[in-house]
Amino acid sequence: MTPHLYRFFPALEKLQIEVPAGSVAEVVQAIDNIAPGFCDYVLDERGALRRHVRLSVNDTVVIDRKTLSDQVADGGTVYIFQSLSGG
Amino acid sequence: MSNVILLGTRKGTVIFDRGNSAWQPRPILHAGIPVCYAACDPRDGTLWASLDHGHWGPKLSRSRDGGATWEDLATLKYPEGARHIVQYLPTPDFDPQTPAGQPEYHDATLLKIWNIAFGAAGQPGRLYAGTIPGGLFVSDDGGDSWELNRPLWNHESRGGDLFSGDATSETRWGGTPASVDYGVFEPGIHSIVVDPRDPDHIHVAVSSAGVLETTDGGRSWAGRNRGMLNDYMPDPNADWGHDPHFIAACPAQPDHLWQQNHCGVFYSEDGAQTWNKVSIPERGVHFGFPVAVDAQDGRTAWVIPAQADMARMAIDGGLCVARTQDGGQTWQTFRTGLPQQHAYDLVLRHGMDIAGDCLCFGTTTGNVYLSEDRGETWHCLGHNFPPVYSVRFG
Repeated sequence: MTPHLYRFFPALEKLQIEVPAGSVAEVVQAIDNIAPGFCDYVLDERGALRRHVRLSVNDTVVIDRKTLSDQVADGGTVYIFQSLSGG
Repeated sequence: MSNVILLGTRKGTVIFDRGNSAWQPRPILHAGIPVCYAACDPRDGTLWASLDHGHWGPKLSRSRDGGATWEDLATLKYPEGARHIVQYLPTPDFDPQTPAGQPEYHDATLLKIWNIAFGAAGQPGRLYAGTIPGGLFVSDDGGDSWELNRPLWNHESRGGDLFSGDATSETRWGGTPASVDYGVFEPGIHSIVVDPRDPDHIHVAVSSAGVLETTDGGRSWAGRNRGMLNDYMPDPNADWGHDPHFIAACPAQPDHLWQQNHCGVFYSEDGAQTWNKVSIPERGVHFGFPVAVDAQDGRTAWVIPAQADMARMAIDGGLCVARTQDGGQTWQTFRTGLPQQHAYDLVLRHGMDIAGDCLCFGTTTGNVYLSEDRGETWHCLGHNFPPVYSVRFG
């Protein structure tokens, strides 16, 4: 997970979060259960991935940015990236 | 007398405190996060900052202890079913035939919380927020929850009630370039003026549509653009399509409203029923973004002239502030204490404020200037701030 999110959710820092296999949406919701409000940072109010946020399951970028229906198999890892630029 | 100044800047919130001999800035708050607006609620001293996160979505941040601690809120959201007609970006690959066909709809998501306004003294907890895309949000619990004002969202000037179905009229609201950062070209509400005599009487200004007024607490809205001249459109007297940059009213004479518009400075002394253009381009008073109005005398206002829409910088490399005391018939320009060489500063729409005889403005170059004599002389509070988006006395 991009460490920038630890600024808003310090409870997540250095945490290895294990959740049941399912869709990426379910994984993100499970993180929100640990850190309430997390979804509001990664997703917009329609549940879509925010424009400059990217998720991947292992090394495969999540395709369904609108409903996060991509599946995470048992033992899979979800990564949360952000695009950084500017000055 | 105000003892606090809040800046919203590209790199965070800056608060100045009035000391015994000088105004002192505190270490930056919300460090690294763009803050497009910061203000103090005069009713209870709550500080507000609108965080313009590039990645994590717009958030409001609230401090109830004078800025020592802040709480970020993600409570302002467009409701399910809120849609708007897509505005097309004016890019080279724009197909002019496409929007002429069936309107294209988008689900609304929050792009920017452009400004925050406070309800009347008798309305504790009442707050307003103007957003991109084109929303007016209302809170009655100090920001814990927000509701979209649907009569304005559903106004016939923007296609009617899109919650219920497809458009019943053509949208007349154009986009603001301030929205292009988000990859869209959507309208935005940047000015909210609550009448201190009657809190149900509110004016809002929309880029790019114009000014609207409600007299029934937001249940109905009407355009108030008579007298506006829109010199970049085929019909300069059109009802809609105007680009107010900012509007402000005189607190003691709320029927006196001022508008710095893309097409000049406009003044109304009848509550925006009619506007009169009071630009004097040969004095430099024409293009700009902010306008400030005296608290007692509705005929007295200040603007910060900029060169032109195509060259958004100080005129001839020298910053000046212009003041009128006769409703815009004549203007005086003041330069003492402001740089007169190699100044390329621009002051954005929320970048100037007034409190009594004090005025303060901050620029996109990161300079902040204060006057304690009604704008006649100025001194610098610092040259090296981040680009300044908003200045508000607390």
